[in-house]
Amino acid sequence: MLKKGTLKQILLITDGCSNQGEDPVAMAALAREQGITVNVIGVLDRFDSEDGRGLKEIESIAASGGGISRIVEKKELAQTVQMVTKQAMTQTIQGVVNRELREILGDTETVEDLSPEKRGQVMEVMDELGETMDLDVCILVDTSASMKMKLPTVREALIDLSMSLAARMGSNRFCLYLFPGKRRIIQRVVAWTPHLENIEQVFTKISSRGITPTGPAIKEATKSFDRLSRRKTRLRDEAYDEEQG
Amino acid sequence: MKSRDDLLFPPGTQLLGKWHGRRYRIIRRLGSGSQGTVYLAREGGRKVAVKMAKDRASLTSEINVLKNLDQLLGEPLGPSLFDSDDWAAGGRTISFCAMEYLNGESLAAAMRRKAFDWTAVYMLQLLKDLDRLHRAGYIFGDLKPENIILLFPGHTIRCLDFGGATRIGRSVREYTAFYDRGYWGLGTRKAEPGYDLFACGMMMIYAALGREFEKSDDGRRQLFQLIQAQSRLAPYRLVLARAISGEYVSADQMRRELLRCIMDKKTEPAMSGRYQSKAKKETGQWVRAWFAASLIMTAYILFVYVYMM
Repeated sequence: MLKKGTLKQILLITDGCSNQGEDPVAMAALAREQGITVNVIGVLDRFDSEDGRGLKEIESIAASGGGISRIVEKKELAQTVQMVTKQAMTQTIQGVVNRELREILGDTETVEDLSPEKRGQVMEVMDELGETMDLDVCILVDTSASMKMKLPTVREALIDLSMSLAARMGSNRFCLYLFPGKRRIIQRVVAWTPHLENIEQVFTKISSRGITPTGPAIKEATKSFDRLSRRKTRLRDEAYDEEQG
Repeated sequence: MKSRDDLLFPPGTQLLGKWHGRRYRIIRRLGSGSQGTVYLAREGGRKVAVKMAKDRASLTSEINVLKNLDQLLGEPLGPSLFDSDDWAAGGRTISFCAMEYLNGESLAAAMRRKAFDWTAVYMLQLLKDLDRLHRAGYIFGDLKPENIILLFPGHTIRCLDFGGATRIGRSVREYTAFYDRGYWGLGTRKAEPGYDLFACGMMMIYAALGREFEKSDDGRRQLFQLIQAQSRLAPYRLVLARAISGEYVSADQMRRELLRCIMDKKTEPAMSGRYQSKAKKETGQWVRAWFAASLIMTAYILFVYVYMM
């Protein structure tokens, strides 16, 4: 029913509102157009004091990026990061399954409209897919001044995420961007890699600035997937390309 | 995150199943978790537990597991599943399932109320059930005292919340940090029997301390130091160390070693001296009887040997 492809996700971890560059909601829509889901996790703090603008932005980014958003306290971060990533995978798979169902059964049928018995059977298939499909996650971490104290927790959460996903049967790839970066407004600190393990140093040399260029960061992350597929076609042999086509 | 009281309905609320047409009347709320809310309800003449889900996917997979477990022979491992359906409640559809209502208290409450010695007994029971679950191809996943019920009457325990149950070989569905070996840096989140056995070890530590605690820099060392330092855990040190470092390949293996620990456990010095001396005297008698038996055996073997020559 479903081709064993690769699920693509952007995971944005932030604690406030963007204030520089393109509109992040539009950039998330752009990512979605290219088959990338955008999930957003807001680490509670600045949201309390603000007028709800940051909160709204987070929900809007996830909505236009076809992903999930959560606002959490620092101590819930690790659990949330892996839960959001997995739920978004299920959601994407369910979206594909729904499209297939509509094609077979007509306009109105989705997984939700099936009887509990049939839904159970479809669920088994979707579980299997979630477990075996390959996953690419580009992680964007907001490093503006107010995030500084939270970065050790973010680091732990990302290592935890890598461990959680490593238990799957499918393969995983991660890359990590910080914004604002040291010299550029967005900086790639970890290139595509199967495990996020040695990221201790990455978070130590960070210059905190007042800007939060969320939009440009999402755009850059979207481009990183292009780089990945270019690299893939360059590196892999022809047999792989045939399998893809 | 959506508000937690998403699925709150007052007693008396009527549920009508969209697919199977059964009616349920809510009696009272039994509990709420991250994944949904459970109500005590009446259907026809019987009382049932109705579980409503926030996340449909999670409920659907729990139902799949319960269906598979229902087919197993012998003592039930979890609550029996009666019905699964959807309920159209004021413009939205809520998925729910109706299960056997198990009357009792959570193991968490029982651990607080009862002496620590009981914990080891509960663990023996739990390990027996886990062994059967593992043989059926699943691990429980989110194993913690809150997900286990101590049935009234009697002292039988039963697993309650199968939302985290995962087919062996896959990645664990749901877990709680304190009982998760991944969190402590002591293993992967791959579903294998050792994952549940680690959680069993943590439950004993939790019961001995009476509280959960956070991980320091080196989780492994922290846990091992704790096992050494806690006097209540002294009789079980070996089993705990092995469970936590993932040395057991089956629940049955851990159960046998735990049972041996309990049987070998010396009577505590806090008990009166009379009991202690009696125990000592008894062991003395045993040793003498043993010695006599082996003497007779040796003589017999020698006799046979000589006779054959």
